[in-house]
Amino acid sequence: MTDLLYTEVEEQLCSSVRDLLTDRAGWPSVLARTETDQPYDRALWRTLGAELGVSGLAVPERMGGHGASWREAAVVAEELGRCVAGTPFLGSAVLATALAMSAGADEIVRRFASGSANGAVVASASSVPGAPFPAAVTMTGGRLTGAVRGVIDAAAADQLLVPALDGDEPVVVAVDAGDVTRTAVTSLDLTRPLCDVTLDGARGSLIARGPAASDALDAALITGAAVLASEQLGLAQRCLEMTVDYLKSRYQFGRPIGGYQALKHRVADIWAGVSQARAVARYAAACVADGDPDMAVAASLAQAYCSPVAVKAAEECLQMHGGIGFTWEHPAHLYLKRAKADSILLGTAAAHRVRLGRLVDLPVA
Amino acid sequence: MTAPGEDELRALVRQFAADHDPAGDRAEFLRARFDAGLAWVHFPVGLGGLGLARATQSVVDSELAAHGAPDNDPRRIGIGLGMAAPTILAHGTDEQRRRWLRPLWTGEQVWCQLFSEPGAGSDLAALGTRAVRDGDEWIVNGQKVWTSMAHEAQWAILVTRTDPDVPKHQGMTYFVCDMTAAGVEVRPLRQITGEAEFNEVFLTDVRIPDSYRLGEIGDGWRVAQTTLMNERVAIGGGPIPREAGLISAISSAWRERPEVRTPGAHAELMRLWVEAEATRITAMRLRQQLAVGAPGPEGSAAKLAFARLNQEISGFELELLGSDGLRYDDWSTSTWASERPTTVEFLGRSPGYRYLRAKGNSIEGGTSEILRNIIAERVLGLPGEIRVDKDVPWKDLAR
Repeated sequence: MTDLLYTEVEEQLCSSVRDLLTDRAGWPSVLARTETDQPYDRALWRTLGAELGVSGLAVPERMGGHGASWREAAVVAEELGRCVAGTPFLGSAVLATALAMSAGADEIVRRFASGSANGAVVASASSVPGAPFPAAVTMTGGRLTGAVRGVIDAAAADQLLVPALDGDEPVVVAVDAGDVTRTAVTSLDLTRPLCDVTLDGARGSLIARGPAASDALDAALITGAAVLASEQLGLAQRCLEMTVDYLKSRYQFGRPIGGYQALKHRVADIWAGVSQARAVARYAAACVADGDPDMAVAASLAQAYCSPVAVKAAEECLQMHGGIGFTWEHPAHLYLKRAKADSILLGTAAAHRVRLGRLVDLPVA
Repeated sequence: MTAPGEDELRALVRQFAADHDPAGDRAEFLRARFDAGLAWVHFPVGLGGLGLARATQSVVDSELAAHGAPDNDPRRIGIGLGMAAPTILAHGTDEQRRRWLRPLWTGEQVWCQLFSEPGAGSDLAALGTRAVRDGDEWIVNGQKVWTSMAHEAQWAILVTRTDPDVPKHQGMTYFVCDMTAAGVEVRPLRQITGEAEFNEVFLTDVRIPDSYRLGEIGDGWRVAQTTLMNERVAIGGGPIPREAGLISAISSAWRERPEVRTPGAHAELMRLWVEAEATRITAMRLRQQLAVGAPGPEGSAAKLAFARLNQEISGFELELLGSDGLRYDDWSTSTWASERPTTVEFLGRSPGYRYLRAKGNSIEGGTSEILRNIIAERVLGLPGEIRVDKDVPWKDLAR
């Protein structure tokens, strides 16, 4: 049976990542960074990615990785979700790495895993697994032309993996970031900024063609959806903790507001949702780690369940903090923005419910 | 003697199955199984067990099932197995344990639970059924409610008020009550589904020997905690299949009846499917936690989710079926007959029954509101409710 708990190795990884993030990515510094021209904390990412090795967790050792699995990557995502730090973990170490691994582009995988280059998949942030192959970029005579709006972590990337159509045929081409135009978007989630990417005759190296290309993109989106669920879990857990702490310390009418059932019951519901989200996210991570035949269902289930849980936890966190929660100086908005953005990233809960319907023989019509 | 390992236990069970004909007399077989320590292996030697870890019970059960052995019909005697037995084991005298545990386990004697009262539901400690000492006996007067199996039970576990002059938690005493004693009257309690799963039990001058008392006089609340903590936890067991439970009813209806499909209904169907699947995976995770001995508080989350899910799914099912959803029970005759079911079967009944019965899920075994209080206070550490009754003698409480 799929192990839904945390292994000892995972517990250790969790605590070393948490120690580092507590030290280096406290919310005041995360907040301060959001309004600079350096939304990504490159120094933190170097420590995490290259030194702690999280950029190559799921990559086999023969390709320069750690030879762990997506389960461990999910544990890192959970910790990153807790602190909403700006790192290209999802775009590079998950989406681009999974795509390159699936396409068998070993040399590129090696560069991502070692931390010597960051990657990004040039597809819309809201791409859903199983959707038709993206047609925004076309390849003619080896040159790529097109524009893709709202790409995750492209701003931090050195190497872009571009899904494109060569005639009717799907291809994935690796392009140097310097050969495209990247326009930063003022993003709802300040800690994970989006980019619009324009290709105007860029050349690159083909890494997959035909069904191999669409399968590789799908595998990357499924893996991304599964790992993102753990980020949402970590975020929701942190919001719950902040809320509970505040309910214990905030006094109104002469007693802690956490003594009022109107708040207690709501926070109990958040806790119950987070408990279930943990089981669902662990299941999805285990399935993608094992290449389980159920992984497409598990990933869509995880997105359909964890997205609303995280948004609800962040919204309730803000509301139960009252006025202070509505200020820029309080971290609640960082979590709300990340939670809402995450709920759209890699497909909304509604999109995944529709996909699940197809996967489990419950068709719309 | 060191505890047997799994292989030795398996060999022990096989030897037992070879020595006792599983196809022979059922009660005979079950009594022998108890005496061999294979009833509940985590119980002490001599009381139906071998002092083993609870998780090893599955070895015994699966091995005996493979031999076609009869079981003790655990659903019928769930209150005895899950609530009375652990309490008798923890608080009973040696004589009480020897007397009651064996026929309890074999199912020869059915047990019920006399706890809730019309005036004491969520606030169980406010109960007012009085027990007054009379020599070697106690005389009991009061009314209990929501008693499953009272009409079939030989014995009951009973909490009473023995000292009304002290605050409510202090003045209670716990007894075993003979349900065939004079003064015990059982009346069916008809519920919104039309039938009567439960009973009201009226106790009028019922005489209970002091030798039936479990624990000390005045210590009934602590004894009752053992009962309430031991709501049965399924350990081991096979994997829970996807689409088990009520979600199977609407999933099948959707697949078999294309005419019910609308885009709006599909959105709701999939939302419920996702909730059901999340609840299933959470239950599997809970079992894994229990198996490694780290029971998490997720059990409360599971009960909350289960109640809400059953209510939402069954409500949606009626709407999905349109006017067919309005036909109660067997689709042709709506008799609303007052029957006496002893187990609850959701599937195999009509959507209307499911809808109505599921309303009980957020009330029985702790209301969802009390459950949220427990989560908020015991798991999250939020302040408790203001207790105006804490230091007040029971007899002076507002009621």
